[in-house]
Amino acid sequence: MLTNPLTLAEKVWNDHLVVKGQDGAPDLLYIDLHLVHEVTSPQAFDGLRMAGRKVRRPDLTIATEDHNTPTLDIDKPIADVTSRTQIEALRKNAAEFGIRIHSLGDIEQGIVHVVGPQLGLTMPGITVVCGDSHTSTHGAFGALAMGIGTSEVEHVLATQTLPLTPFKTMAINVDGHLRPGVTAKDIILAVIAKIGTGGGQGYVLEYRGSAIEALSIEARMTICNMSIEAGARAGMVAPDEKTFEYLLGRPHSPQGAHWDAAVAYWRTLPTDAGAKFDAEVFLDANTLDPFVTWGTNPGQGVSLNDRVPDPETISDPNERAAAERALEYMDLRAGTKLKDIKVDTVFLGSCTNSRIEDLRAAAEIIKGQTKADGLRMLVVPGSARVRLQAEAEGLDQIFKDFGAEWRFAGCSMCLGMNPDQLAPGERAASTSNRNFEGRQGKGARTHLVSPLVAAATAIRGTLSAPADLIADAEAN
Amino acid sequence: MQKFTTFSAVVAPLRRSNVDTDQIIPAFYLKRITKTGFEDALFASWRNDPDFVLNQPAYKNAEVLIAGPDFGTGSSREHAVWALRDYGFKAVLSAKFADIFRGNAGKQGLVAGQITEADTEALWAAIEANPGVSITIDLEAKTASIGALVVPFEIDEYTRWRLIEGLDDIGLTLRDEQSITDFEAKRESWRPKTLPARP
Repeated sequence: MLTNPLTLAEKVWNDHLVVKGQDGAPDLLYIDLHLVHEVTSPQAFDGLRMAGRKVRRPDLTIATEDHNTPTLDIDKPIADVTSRTQIEALRKNAAEFGIRIHSLGDIEQGIVHVVGPQLGLTMPGITVVCGDSHTSTHGAFGALAMGIGTSEVEHVLATQTLPLTPFKTMAINVDGHLRPGVTAKDIILAVIAKIGTGGGQGYVLEYRGSAIEALSIEARMTICNMSIEAGARAGMVAPDEKTFEYLLGRPHSPQGAHWDAAVAYWRTLPTDAGAKFDAEVFLDANTLDPFVTWGTNPGQGVSLNDRVPDPETISDPNERAAAERALEYMDLRAGTKLKDIKVDTVFLGSCTNSRIEDLRAAAEIIKGQTKADGLRMLVVPGSARVRLQAEAEGLDQIFKDFGAEWRFAGCSMCLGMNPDQLAPGERAASTSNRNFEGRQGKGARTHLVSPLVAAATAIRGTLSAPADLIADAEAN
Repeated sequence: MQKFTTFSAVVAPLRRSNVDTDQIIPAFYLKRITKTGFEDALFASWRNDPDFVLNQPAYKNAEVLIAGPDFGTGSSREHAVWALRDYGFKAVLSAKFADIFRGNAGKQGLVAGQITEADTEALWAAIEANPGVSITIDLEAKTASIGALVVPFEIDEYTRWRLIEGLDDIGLTLRDEQSITDFEAKRESWRPKTLPARP
């Protein structure tokens, strides 16, 4: 029988169709996994209570505390009263509705997008939602994973489904070999700079090509994580042997005959030959440099070897006005070399870059080096398990010897809901995902970078690549 | 949800593109566990600037916002919609909305209408020529009008129908509960389960 060639995203969508929408109504999709955290859920649970509804599938739901949690003194009560109230609300809701929760201090606590994959709950061919836009992270496994709002959180809690309008598909083709010092973070920053913060709107992105296939699963998570920064509904990578290897033996991975059945199905998921994408983008990995943002949205990025762009050269009037405003906020002048920009704080963490490979990569650069004078460096592992793993490998000691602060797991300075914030006017090189005005603290200035650039910057005090350290060593 | 058809109110011009949800409501205000009372949080850092459009007396009672493209990008926080709603906004028009924001708006009865960039400019010009002027939003006809200037806006048909009828999403889905149960009966057993927790 001839079947219509389909993309990965279309296959996952079709396999979750509960009701096909008629007359312009959205499709009703089944949700395999619902991740919950303290910030976007209290109003959803309230809604359930008011309507007298239950959580339909507590066994497909899991909660963790991450956005609001302190990264110091986690054995003491949370000092900030409103933060504590919100965390306590989550604990009460989890108990009342029978939901599994990993609280501060628990070995499985951490950033929700680090915890799901770590437990083996995230797997190919499933649908994942969470009241957090970086849910796109889970697409690295070939899952269809979407960030949702609080009304939708309530909807999924009550029905385990979500009405969704069909999407368009976009292939992001990245071929070639990355040069040393260039990482998954640089790929995704380059993609967003290319298509813009609205370029992915209405699309599910599929990252493909030899450079993507060569990446580890954690690196693929970094890429899929930032799909939302291009406005996309989700980002995906086709599952392959690396995916299966990553999942094998994790606590919630399928076991025995279930594993075999799952792998057999997962092998059918990659996009069929001849399947059509609604749009295609091409990026050459061979020529890619380390990337860094200069502005106040993630699309305002350039090669680290470049200069701060001149708004006058931007033809689109809205983009030009945004660039002018960004330079003013960032206190930068057009034409300044990115590498001449001095940084006050380096943040290594967030759901984008807080996994063990990120910590290893940064530790390797700073090992035996001296931190730049007066610079502050914060290292925040993505989960309690990542922290333990890093300590088992001695990475914590490398960071501490360097003069960095070694913290407990959480979202931390990525969004500064906890005490980890930048002061007004302070400038950071941050491995997180958003450089919006005020994101890391009121008046704070953020440059988004890879863990390697973050590490090199912490040594040199100005935005730097690892290659600059080699040049420094040769010059001496 | 209240039924929505047509209304007239003061309209404010927000001459900015890429208004992300961290600007609409900074993360600081996300610690609250209520669903209302976010009016003070709307554009909190911009409102410190006396020149900010909503600080100008002419726009004090604005209920419609005309913004530049890529409105509502970034974080999925529905609080952005609650803050706009609590402040008194009933509609936002922009040349481009972020998907999650648009979805959230539809759930809360806030009209997110898409207009062209040319019409955005035309509306801004009309407002600034006559600050404090009213706009009429007609959800049946999908038009926004200031005096003789009539501009069409796009909104997906399903959301429009739900807003006009004032229907609740969960209630609509639960009409299909049997289909959900049938789907669950044939779900493969390898799919993830969070309970019981495995070490």
